[in-house]
Amino acid sequence: MGLYPVFLSLVSATGLAGATWWEKLVTVFLPELWRIVKLLLGGLSGTGMIFALTLLFSIPLGILVMFCRRSRFAPLRVLTTFYISVMRGTPLMLQLVVFYYAPYYFFKIMMNKMPENWLFLALIVGFSINYAAYFAEIFRSGLSSIAVGQYEAANVLDFGRMRTFLHIILPQMVKNVLPSVTNEMITLVKDTSLAFTLSYVEMFTLARQESALMVSPMPLFVAGIFYYVANLVVAFVMARVEKKFDYYHV
Amino acid sequence: MSLLEMSNIKKSFKQLEVLKDISLHVNEGEVVSIIGPSGSGKSTLLRCATTLETVDSGDIRYLEDYLCRTNSGGRAVYADKAVQRRIKECFGLVFQNFNLFPHYSVKKNITAALTLVHKKSKAEANAKAAELLEKMGLADKAGAYPCQLSGGQQQRVSIARALALNPKILFFDEPTSALDPELTGEILKVIQSLAKEKMTMVIVTHEMLFARDVSDRVIFMDDGYIIEEGPPKEVIDNPQSERTKTFLNRILE
Ligand SMILES: Nc1ncnc2c1ncn2[C@@H]1O[C@H](COP(=O)(O)OP(=O)(O)O)[C@@H](O)[C@H]1O
Ligand SMILES: [Mg+2]
Repeated sequence: MGLYPVFLSLVSATGLAGATWWEKLVTVFLPELWRIVKLLLGGLSGTGMIFALTLLFSIPLGILVMFCRRSRFAPLRVLTTFYISVMRGTPLMLQLVVFYYAPYYFFKIMMNKMPENWLFLALIVGFSINYAAYFAEIFRSGLSSIAVGQYEAANVLDFGRMRTFLHIILPQMVKNVLPSVTNEMITLVKDTSLAFTLSYVEMFTLARQESALMVSPMPLFVAGIFYYVANLVVAFVMARVEKKFDYYHV
Repeated sequence: MSLLEMSNIKKSFKQLEVLKDISLHVNEGEVVSIIGPSGSGKSTLLRCATTLETVDSGDIRYLEDYLCRTNSGGRAVYADKAVQRRIKECFGLVFQNFNLFPHYSVKKNITAALTLVHKKSKAEANAKAAELLEKMGLADKAGAYPCQLSGGQQQRVSIARALALNPKILFFDEPTSALDPELTGEILKVIQSLAKEKMTMVIVTHEMLFARDVSDRVIFMDDGYIIEEGPPKEVIDNPQSERTKTFLNRILE
C-alpha cells in the first residue's frame, strides 16, 4: 500500500515514534489529512471553473468549427483543417503558455499592463479553443455516420436545411457522439491540472506546492483521489445521459 | 393535362451517362411501373423527379408548375424556392430502405412534417396519423420506434409518412427489395389498395407479377433509355423488343 511509507514518514517527523499506531493515526495522520483535504478543496473551485467554462465554450465552438471544416468554401475548410491539426498536434501545455504571453510577443504589451484576470482568461480561451478542435472532430465523425437517407427523407418532406439539422440530424448526432464526449470530459478533468504551468491556483498547483513543502507525496495522493472521484461522477452522470438515448438504435 | 411530365431528361454522373433521353408522363389516377435491369437508371429517374438529383437537361412539370426547364443553351434551369415548395407538396417518395427517422416514434415519424413544416396542430396531425396507421394495420404500433418493427412494418410506416401530406403522386423505389420474401406480400397489398383508391403512383419494382397486376402502364428501361412502354399485357406478356424479352426471361425463370 503506497500510503503506508508516507504515513510512517509523517509519524517519524513528529517525534511520536513511541506511540501506538492508533494514537499516531488520530493525533497525526488524520489531522494532517484533513488539513490537506481542506487546502485542496480550496483549489477545487479553480479546477471546477476551468472544467465548466471550457465545456460551456468548447462544445458550441466545436459545432461551429465542424461546420467550417465541412464548408463548401475551400479556403475556410483548409484554414479550419490546419487549426484543428495544430491544436491536436501540439501540447496543450505549450498552447497555454503561448496564449498567456501572446499579448507581449505579438503586440508588445507588457504583461503587467494586462488586466488582472488575464491569467484566467488566457487559460479559458486556451482550453476552449483546444477542446473545440477535438470536439469538432468528434462531432464531424458523429455526423458522417448518419445515413444520407435521413437527409433525403427530410428533403422530400420539405424540411429545409435548418429544420433537417435541428430535428433530424442533431439528435442522432448527439447520441452518436456521447461516448466520445464522455472520454473527452474525463480527459478534461485531468487536463485542468495543466493550469499549474501558468501558476493558476487550482487543485494540482496547491497539491504540488504542499507536497514540496511537506517533502511528502501525501498531497499528491489526495489530489489524485479528488480527480478520480470527480471522474467517477462524470462517468456516472454521462452513463445516465447515454441511457436516456437508449430508447432507440439505428 | 398529365399530372407529371418529364421530357428529354439527360443526366450524367461525371463521365457516366445514366439517363440518356427519357420522356414520360403520368396521368392522374394512373399506376405506372418501371422495370429494367439494375444500373439502368430507374432510381436516378425517380431521384430526379423528386428533387434528390438535378437533371442536366430536360423539362420536369408537375401540373402547371415546372420544376426545371431547358434554356436555349440546353441546360436545365430550376424553378425558384416557392415553386419548388409547391411541387414538393405534390409528391411523396417511399424509399427502398425506408429511411424512417430512428429517434422518432412511429406516430412522430408520420406527424413530424405536418407539425414542423406545414404547421398543422398537434391534434390534427395525430388524428391523421391514427387514421393512416389504422389503414396500414399498425394501429397498435403508434408508440413503437422503428427499430422495434419488422421491415414490412417499417415500410408501411414510411408509406403512411408519405401519405400524411396528401400527395397527388407517390413514387416507390423498389419498396420490397430490402424485405425478406415473406414480408413483400404485405407491402404489395398496401400498394394494391392504394391503386384501388385511384392514387397516382410510379413504382420501380422487380416484382413482375405484381407489376402486371397493379399497373395501368409498364415502362421497361435499359441503359438510360426507355425501350418499351405500354399496358402490362403488352410489355410483360408480349414484349416486342429483344432486350425486354431477355430481361423478362431472366427475371421470370
Ligand atoms: N450518385 C451517383 N454517383 C455516381 N454514379 C451513380 C450515382 N447514382 C447512381 N450512379 C450510377 O448510375 C447508374 C444507374 O444507377 P441507378 O439509377 O441506381 O440504377 P437502377 O436503380 O436502375 O439500378 C449506375 O451505374 C450507378 O452506379
Ligand atoms: Mg435502383
